[in-house]
Amino acid sequence: MSLLDDAAVERLRSAADWPDLSGTKYRILRRIARGGMGTIYAALDGELGREVALKVLSETDPSGDLSARLRSEAMHLARLEHPNIVPVHDAGILPDGRAYYVMKLVVGKGLHAWRGEGRSLRELLGVYQKVCEAVAFAHAHGVIHRDLKPDNVMIGAFGEALVMDWGVAKRIAGRGLSDPDAQVTLTPGAAGGSVEAAPPFGGTAHGTVVGTPAYMAPEQARGDVERLDSRTDVYALGALLHHLLSGAPPFTGADAREVLSNVLSRPPSPLRQIDRTIPRALESIASKAMSRRPSDRYATASEVAADVARYLDGRPVTAHPENLLERTGRLLNNHKTLILLVFAYLLMRLVVLAAVGR
Amino acid sequence: MADDTSIGGAARGFPLTRRSAIAGVRSEDARERERSLESIIAAYWKPVYKYIRIKWGKPNEDAKDLTQEFFATALEKSFFASYDAAKGRFRTFLRVCLDAFIANQERAGRRLKRGGDLQLVSLEFESAEGELKTIDVPSPHSTETYFDTEWVRSLLGIGVEALRAECEASGKQVHFKLFERYDLERPATGAPTYDELAKEFGIPATQVTNHLAFARREFRRLLLDKLRELTINDEEFRLEARFLLGTGFE
Repeated sequence: MSLLDDAAVERLRSAADWPDLSGTKYRILRRIARGGMGTIYAALDGELGREVALKVLSETDPSGDLSARLRSEAMHLARLEHPNIVPVHDAGILPDGRAYYVMKLVVGKGLHAWRGEGRSLRELLGVYQKVCEAVAFAHAHGVIHRDLKPDNVMIGAFGEALVMDWGVAKRIAGRGLSDPDAQVTLTPGAAGGSVEAAPPFGGTAHGTVVGTPAYMAPEQARGDVERLDSRTDVYALGALLHHLLSGAPPFTGADAREVLSNVLSRPPSPLRQIDRTIPRALESIASKAMSRRPSDRYATASEVAADVARYLDGRPVTAHPENLLERTGRLLNNHKTLILLVFAYLLMRLVVLAAVGR
Repeated sequence: MADDTSIGGAARGFPLTRRSAIAGVRSEDARERERSLESIIAAYWKPVYKYIRIKWGKPNEDAKDLTQEFFATALEKSFFASYDAAKGRFRTFLRVCLDAFIANQERAGRRLKRGGDLQLVSLEFESAEGELKTIDVPSPHSTETYFDTEWVRSLLGIGVEALRAECEASGKQVHFKLFERYDLERPATGAPTYDELAKEFGIPATQVTNHLAFARREFRRLLLDKLRELTINDEEFRLEARFLLGTGFE
């Protein structure tokens, strides 16, 4: 046989990874991306004649009981109708046992690339709030994402933020569409005890690490599946804010094992050590969201969004107790126009008084 | 590659069960131990040879002898049986064993036994040497990952030969030819289209799609079967599958 050069190795890897979709209504058009969790393809839905994104997860399900659960969970996820969520349309199992799911094909930019185009802090935080709201909506419907990261947030053609890739999402027991107004208020005790170990895709057993190490909460990095709850996503939201503000993930390493080890052994570097211009209040929000103990984090994604809104409105944030100097600085900043007007008025009065006195 | 090694068995001969050769080297049954070692050698001899050539900078004749001597010693002293899965992957363990073996040889200034006392392996080193000429030689600081890369190359090669053998045995030569034309060979002009392949093979384009889907599915299965054999438990298998297919964390 011909020698396997590096290009042939890559082609063979792709061939082995290529999904066999015969017997489904989908036909692969091209590969979009390949990552730790699986490979995303652009595919054609032959029945509806539209292009979709089809993700094939790397892991197989040796027990073979995934199919029914996958259907049920996909239906659940498909009902997450929110302007900032790209829902799952369909899901299935390939003949080789790998799970796939189908979602809307979004044309846009990844969050990191979008950020790199020189965005103002207000723009960054505006998008971030939308992401938090989308995640809070999912939590309220009993779903945690488990893989929030810049790659899974797309900015659409009209500047809309879209949270993608709900394929490793996990359902939290006791919440669902029958409880649409439920707020995500899982207490540490309740959350710890009420998480259903029934992930939709990938058959996550205890000890299995699912997600992306650099943005992963310590409990997730330990593979502590039973302890995952909405605060696991809150941690990832903190990591996402860290990335948005600094331009880099909170943890790095030579390989995934080193990143995981760093996540487990220490907190991330404070943002202001990376960039002194980052406001203290935002540093504190990211830091609180990324607390190592889930009970020290914000209880919900909505609370993260609310604290960011407070910062944008010039109000004190709950994550950061201000000292007198900071408070004065914030108030001066908030009332810049009024203070300038008063100052100008006083100056004018002084000039008039001086003129009259002469 | 089918004739690369006689000890690993010609490609059509290697076992495609889920038996772990790594566990098999500890078997009470001498035949099982030997079969297991043959499986390990079949997958590892090329990475070992190339690693000795590149990392240790040995001329090809010395590298050949060291490769044979390494596996002969492994059989003689059963040192693969001391592998402890809790300490890491077998692939890493083997590389560490190899480094220690070569270092010992160097320290002792031992004259290599040409071919070794135990004529266990008859390996086609020319093919490995040929591959060395076609692939990028790593910088000195990345020789460890080089061993891993060559292990991937070796396993993919075994997978291809297993697919060829299976297709031949089941009368699906066209399936393999299509796989070879589309996924293995790539002329400078780029990949042929399905329509071009359909014309070339005198079959409808839909059949090209189906045949390729079959071949790729089987390739994946055979490859993972082989990997299952070369790992000791599910966790190692999962990690190595990710690495092998390039979909993992590493």
